[in-house]
Formats: sequence, C-alpha cells, structure tokens
Amino acid sequence: MLLEVKKLSIEFHDHDVPERVVNKLDMELEAGDILGIVGESGSGKSMTAMAIAGLLRRHDMKTEGEILFEGEELLHAKRDTLRQYQGNDISIVFQEPMTSLNPVKRIGWQVEESLRIHRPDMSKDERYRRAIEVLTDVELENPEIVYKKYPHELSGGMRQRVMIASAMICEPKLLIADEPTTALDVTIQLQIVKLLQRLNREKHTAILFISHDLSLVKRLCSKIVVMHNGNMVETGTTEEIFHNPKMDYTKELLRAIPRLEKIVF
Amino acid sequence: MEKKRAYSLNFIIGAVITGVMLVLILTGFIHTPYDITKMDSTAKLAAPSLEHLMGCDNFGRDIFSRVLKGMGNTFTIAVATVAIGAVCGVLIGAFTGYFGGWLDEVLMRINDVVFAFPSILLALVFVSIFGTGKYNVVAALGIAFIPSFARIVRGEFIKYKDMDYVKSARLAGVPKLRIIFVHILPNTMPVLMSSIMIGFNNAVLAEAGMSYLGIGVQPPDASLGSMLSESQTYLFSAPWYAAFPGLMIILMVLGFSLLADGNTKRV
Repeated sequence: MLLEVKKLSIEFHDHDVPERVVNKLDMELEAGDILGIVGESGSGKSMTAMAIAGLLRRHDMKTEGEILFEGEELLHAKRDTLRQYQGNDISIVFQEPMTSLNPVKRIGWQVEESLRIHRPDMSKDERYRRAIEVLTDVELENPEIVYKKYPHELSGGMRQRVMIASAMICEPKLLIADEPTTALDVTIQLQIVKLLQRLNREKHTAILFISHDLSLVKRLCSKIVVMHNGNMVETGTTEEIFHNPKMDYTKELLRAIPRLEKIVF
Repeated sequence: MEKKRAYSLNFIIGAVITGVMLVLILTGFIHTPYDITKMDSTAKLAAPSLEHLMGCDNFGRDIFSRVLKGMGNTFTIAVATVAIGAVCGVLIGAFTGYFGGWLDEVLMRINDVVFAFPSILLALVFVSIFGTGKYNVVAALGIAFIPSFARIVRGEFIKYKDMDYVKSARLAGVPKLRIIFVHILPNTMPVLMSSIMIGFNNAVLAEAGMSYLGIGVQPPDASLGSMLSESQTYLFSAPWYAAFPGLMIILMVLGFSLLADGNTKRV
C-alpha cells in the first residue's frame, strides 16, 4: 500500500468555535493507481490533499488521525523527515497555473529546483539534460526554448505542463493533482488528463486526482472517493460509482454532469 | 523575442542629471582643481570667474573644489545610510513577514517606536550620546531608515508567502531560508528599488540637514549642508556661495526622484 489515510480530521482553530473541514476520512491508494476525490467546493478535498502533502502545519490548525506513506507516518512527522519526501516521493500540481510559477524566474530554473534540493550531487549539465527530458515528457514543443522563457511568456496549458514537469522531475511515487484542469479550457483539459494517464502508465506514478468534474474523473481514475462537507460519502471503483451509486448525494452529483442530448437548440 | 522597454521622459532626464552628478562626484574623489582647505586671502568671497568657477568663500577657498568634495561626502554618507537601512530592513521585513507570530509582533512594535521619532531627532539623540562626525551620522541615520524598509519588505512578503509558487516550493522540500531569499526576495525587487531611491533622497536631505546643524561632517572637511550654513552670513554679499551647494543638493535629489518615478511607472 503506497498511501493510507486513517481517520484524518482537520480542524481550524482560528475562531472561537473550531471548524471541522475534514471529518474522520479513510482512504487508500495502491502504488501506480489513480484515485479520484470528487466533491463540491468546500467539501474538504483540497484540505485532504494539502494534509497529505504536509502543507497544513500551522498553529491555528488541529489535525488528527494518520497519514501513512509507505508505512511511514507523515501527518505528525518531524519537518526534516517530511522534507525528505516532499518533492522527491510526493509532489503536487496546483489548480491555478497562472500563479503557481514564480514570475521572476526562468522556467528551467523552476523545473530544476527539486533536483537542486533532493539530488545535490547532480552537476549543472545533468540537471539541464534531466529538465529537458521531463519538459519533452510532458509534450512541450521546443523544450530548449521553453527552458529559457519566463512564465508570462507561456499559455495556461503550457504552464500547467511545466508544473507537471517540475512535479515529475524527481520521479515521485505519488503525484497529487489538485484540480489541475479547472482553470483551463475544455480541449486543454482533455490533453492534460491524457498526459497524466500516460505518465501514470509509463512511470507508474500513483496519482491522487482531485476534481469536481466527474467526466474527467471517469476518464482517468480507477477508484473514486466522493466527499461532501468534510465527510466521505461513498467510495468504490469508478464502475460502481457511475453505474450503481448507493448514496443520494452521489446520485445528485451524477445527475449534475452536463450531457449533450439535454441541450435544446 | 525581447521587446525593448520604452523609458519615460522623466526617467531619461533623471538618468542624465544623476549621470552628470556621478561624474562630478567621481572627479571630486580623484582630483579637485584646488586643495579644499587652501586659503587664498586675496580671493576672499571672489565672484565666479574662469579661475574659480563658482567663486570663493570667506576664507578664499575655491567653492567648486569644495562642492565636488562635499557632494562626494554627502553621496557616500547617503549610500552608506541607505545600505544599512536597506540590508537590516530587508532582513527584518523578510523574517517578520514570512514567519509572522510573536517575532513579528515584537519586532514590528520596536519598529513602530523607531518610526515614531522623526529621523533628525533620532539622529540628534544618537549624536549627542556618541559624539559628532561622519560615521556616527551614518549609523544614526541608518538606524532611523530601517523601519521604512522593514515595513515595505514585510508587506511584500506577506503578499507573496501564500502564493501557489511559494507553496509548491515549500512542497518541493525547499529549505525556508532558500524560499525567503531565492524564491520570494527577487519578487520584491521593483518595490524595493523604488524605496531605495526614495530613501536615498531622504538620506541626502537628512545628511545636508545634519551638516547644516553642525553635527554631521566636521570642518574643515566640506559637505553641502555645512557650506550652506556657513554661507548664510554672506547671502547678500556673495550669493554664489550659497547658490551652488544648494543647487547641487536640489539636482542630486531631483535626479534620483525622477529616476525613482520612471522606475515605478515601468513596473
């Protein structure tokens, strides 16, 4: 088992009344698998992702439960232990490609950053070759030119590919994709999903795909977790969820998928 | 393809004025037409002529030479002041802005206290404790300049620290110091550059003010401020004595103001 989340609860304590955003969540992810987390805005799916990525270490926040990555507890681990995994075995792609790249640094520099941290013995040339390799992997044309560009010179879809490239550069075992397609238009969404699929197949990277777009989740994921108000509503294989949903909320979500035949001209 | 950015007229004028000033200052460091302390009793309060471009003062010293030297003094003090203020301010602002918490509270309250004093007053207190002189003035003004830089940088860090690219850097396991100085600091550069230029202007004026009051650069060394204060007795008999140092202060400040202005507009 690559990732096990056991009874994860997340509470905000920055107001008088604690606010519970994730409530006793359980989930599992096998190596090389793709798990989808779906739910509406505010259902706690991004919070779960952040917790797994180790980004929820704030004093106004209380976390309970366990997050086991290859058997190692990460939720309450020491920062140094956590840093060994971050960027190396676990990496993340954010929703907004416009803000997730540093505007004053060249693409190449940003893609290589993880290597500088986790493979300090690599030489400059090796880093450059590796960066070009991943930029090619994410199907960017002219990687040598992209390498030298600044983020504002790229389109949204290209930036998201760059983000995936920099997430993949250390060949992580787990890639967390936090609504990676939400800010992109539909044709690009599909390309990104296909890209993730291919990377999963070729590199055996497990993917935690967070989305509110059920049609994309259906295309990509083998298992699905449905979340609502911080609770896990239902979980199962994609087949089960789509063809035999048990809970009312899941049925509602499925009904909300726009279908072509419903459009009246 | 990189497009060349168009510079505003202000920026160009500012650059020209500052450029001329820098050339004069450099010349002053290397060579002055006359020794700045050499007195010539036959040329007391002499009017500007080819021999003495800006005339002579009440001791018969060449004003042009003294202006060159004085600009050099004013410039180095201003640069040193801004350097102290900017370096300490950036460090304090970066740490308080990035980490927040009690460190932020404590340092910012101290900052407020320092900020509440007018810089001249603070410098006066400092000088009255540690004595007059160039270096004490630099230290005094430098400390007085820290809060403004610290505030600006802190604000910028608070703005940037939760950006997605900082989060993803944190997630890539990048150590904190590297995030602060390599990932965030370059983003604050446009704002920081402008405030450095404005700070430089304030430092020039503050130094001139302190020397005018007689607590900055000590005679017989020259400073634009001290020349102004010496010249006021002769304002009517030898107006050039006051005019040239004053003009140089104005030009220095104006040049940098225009540069700063052009710089902010480009951002």
